Amino acid sequence: MQIPFTVAPRPDTGVNNAKIGVWLFLASEVMLFGGLFSAYIFLRIGAPEWPGEVAGHLYERASDILNVPLATLNTVVLIGSSVTMVMSWASLAMQRFDRYRLYMGATIALGFVFLIVKAFEYGEKFSHGYLPAENNFLAIYFVLTGLHGLHVIGGILVNMYFMWPGARMWKTDPKRFTNRIEIAGLYWHFVDLVWIFLFPTIYLL
Amino acid sequence: MADHAAAPEGHPEEDGHHASFWRQYIFSTDHKVIGIQYGVTSLLFLLFGFSLVMLMRWQLAYPGQPLPLIGWLFTDDTMPGGVMLPEFYNQLGAMHGTIMVFLGIVPLAVGAFGNYVVPLQIGAPDMAFPKLNMASYWVFFAGGVIMLSSFFVPAGAAKAGWTSYAPLSVIESMGQTMWLISMVFLITSSLLGAVNFLTTIVQLRADGMTLMQMPFFVWAQFVTSFLLLLAFPPLEAASILQLSDRLLDTSFFMPSGLVVSGEVVDVAGGGSPLLWQHLFWFLAHPEVYVLVLPAMGIVAEIIANNARKPLKGYKVMVYSLVFLGFMSFIVWAHHMFITGMGQVMSVFFQTTTMIISIPSVIILTALFLSLWGGSIRFTTPMLFALGFLPMFGIGGLTGLPLGLAATDIPLHDTYYVIGHFHYVVAPGTILALMAGIYYWFPKMTGRTMNDALGKIHFWGTIVSMNFIFFPMLIQGMAGVSRRLYDGGQIYAHAQDVIVYNEVMSIAAWVLFVFQIPFIVNLLISMKKGKPASDNHWDATTLEWSAAPSPPVGHGNFHDLPKVYREPYEYSHPDRDEDYWPQNIPPDEAPEG
Repeated sequence: MQIPFTVAPRPDTGVNNAKIGVWLFLASEVMLFGGLFSAYIFLRIGAPEWPGEVAGHLYERASDILNVPLATLNTVVLIGSSVTMVMSWASLAMQRFDRYRLYMGATIALGFVFLIVKAFEYGEKFSHGYLPAENNFLAIYFVLTGLHGLHVIGGILVNMYFMWPGARMWKTDPKRFTNRIEIAGLYWHFVDLVWIFLFPTIYLL
Repeated sequence: MADHAAAPEGHPEEDGHHASFWRQYIFSTDHKVIGIQYGVTSLLFLLFGFSLVMLMRWQLAYPGQPLPLIGWLFTDDTMPGGVMLPEFYNQLGAMHGTIMVFLGIVPLAVGAFGNYVVPLQIGAPDMAFPKLNMASYWVFFAGGVIMLSSFFVPAGAAKAGWTSYAPLSVIESMGQTMWLISMVFLITSSLLGAVNFLTTIVQLRADGMTLMQMPFFVWAQFVTSFLLLLAFPPLEAASILQLSDRLLDTSFFMPSGLVVSGEVVDVAGGGSPLLWQHLFWFLAHPEVYVLVLPAMGIVAEIIANNARKPLKGYKVMVYSLVFLGFMSFIVWAHHMFITGMGQVMSVFFQTTTMIISIPSVIILTALFLSLWGGSIRFTTPMLFALGFLPMFGIGGLTGLPLGLAATDIPLHDTYYVIGHFHYVVAPGTILALMAGIYYWFPKMTGRTMNDALGKIHFWGTIVSMNFIFFPMLIQGMAGVSRRLYDGGQIYAHAQDVIVYNEVMSIAAWVLFVFQIPFIVNLLISMKKGKPASDNHWDATTLEWSAAPSPPVGHGNFHDLPKVYREPYEYSHPDRDEDYWPQNIPPDEAPEG
């Protein structure tokens, strides 16, 4: 038994199964983060001051609490990783498996750079006693960036699978493997996009 | 597409013939096995959830009296000497709602029927993502196990109601944490399922089947899956926030200066309990349609088949369904009229609520009209399907006063709400699901269920259900609040209607007695039922006309079918037989 349209697109819809599947999945992810962003707006509108009092100190701007330069660096890192992700897919489309390895490796490495910077940022907060329980600004900051961080970790795991064990498929079924990298790429770009909304919302506004 | 021989990719290990027992029946990727797994699990959960409420009904009918016969089974933390503690009553109430909705009806309606029937009805060999399908079941199963095991943690299961309103739920005992974790599992499971259903319906329809040639049940599952896909994630977000409130001491739902047992709660404050309600009802209103739409789909199939007529206004029904799905996202705050959210909001949400009743009425009316002039066969599934129509009608009409702010305010949080909701879900949806079991059982097993037992089950169920739920409407109109441990005994205004508590309780136990013929019938017919033909009901849709009973191991059909016409061509003037299956080519002479 074989499922139709796992590789070739269905003529009337013009896409294969996995492409539709990942777009639907991303739609639900939009609703997940949408729920959290709505919670952010709801809490912020209801708050007398924002970000408010943290550890006995009244702050007027989020940028006074959070480390904007580090987050800017992370934005650049994540956008860069999206670029390398596209390049890895393009390399496969051009039958250059060696360059795929290179670009996919770079994507994974940049993902780790993002996490390390993030961990450094978290550590800095913890050392100042800026914990989620302190106030709602820090709470939503930790929940939103934490959930985004989990998505980054998930993406890295997927990419590592396709870098090593999953890459065997290139020999047996290159077309399908290329599709898989495209799907993984769509997810990775989505994670990138969430950060691009998250960064100004939490750090700058 | 119909090429079975060459399979260089795909899932060679799943080709059922030589698979081990575990691969074939436990960790199967075949949608039919997964559908049956979902079905058995959710029926057990329905029975369990029903048992919880039967215990509660003892306490409501005879408050403070020890439970006879089985009272000694319970621990001193729950029912010392057989007398139920208020804490345990609250656990039972919260878990009854949660289990029935999230572990009983949704997995039965979507997981079981959707999984089993949708690929067959659209002529697909399986779901688009068989491995995800298996994952979806096992994630659901894990969520169910976590939910059940929460009864055994210190201070027992969640007690804050199935709605888990904050801040009560945040200061609750550990059972609530288990509830939230379990919900995250269940939401993930339904997400995997929804992605799978949508992809399958879009991509794997048989050759020639246009969207407007899909059976109504497939449309119902399609819209339902969209609701699951888009409405559940905000509850996941809310669950994450509440978990963080409970475990990290954040204050998303904790207002400043909250006093519990005379002491100010030591949290930062500044949060909003209302935020939880918004996020919860953003899911939970579409959830009602997740419960109802598959039921409508099942009823539509059975009515067309047993009235031997095409559905009246199939296209209008489909458009209504899609409109219903869309509107269900913007009615959620009609659950929140008394929260003081403001008049503008109330006006908006009561307007949308009135609008959403229109497509429901259209669908129900179309189903009624489909009976007109038909030569109706009163088979067991048809009886259940016909029972659905007036019962869901009562459920829907009693909802109108709750959708208008002015009439909702006195009725809010009374037994009227409970009666309304149960009319929609119990005599409504559950009757339809029972109809589905009787209707598709011959397809699943190749055997038929006993008709006499089925009719006893039907009449006993519909009569006793009305004796349970109609008195709730009367009690609610008298102002009796829901979630009262003693059923309202201490309230003067409840005295005139308190007598119904005993009526409802006895009816609930009678309802249980009438489920025994069903359980016996189900178990015995599996092995000993009369053999069913491939097209047992002389139906037109592909699962009956193109697939054997039961369908071929992995792949369903001997040859993938092609579709030539609309789904319900019954009693067509150009044909001798009174049904014209979707997959019979037009030029072929009618058989028989």
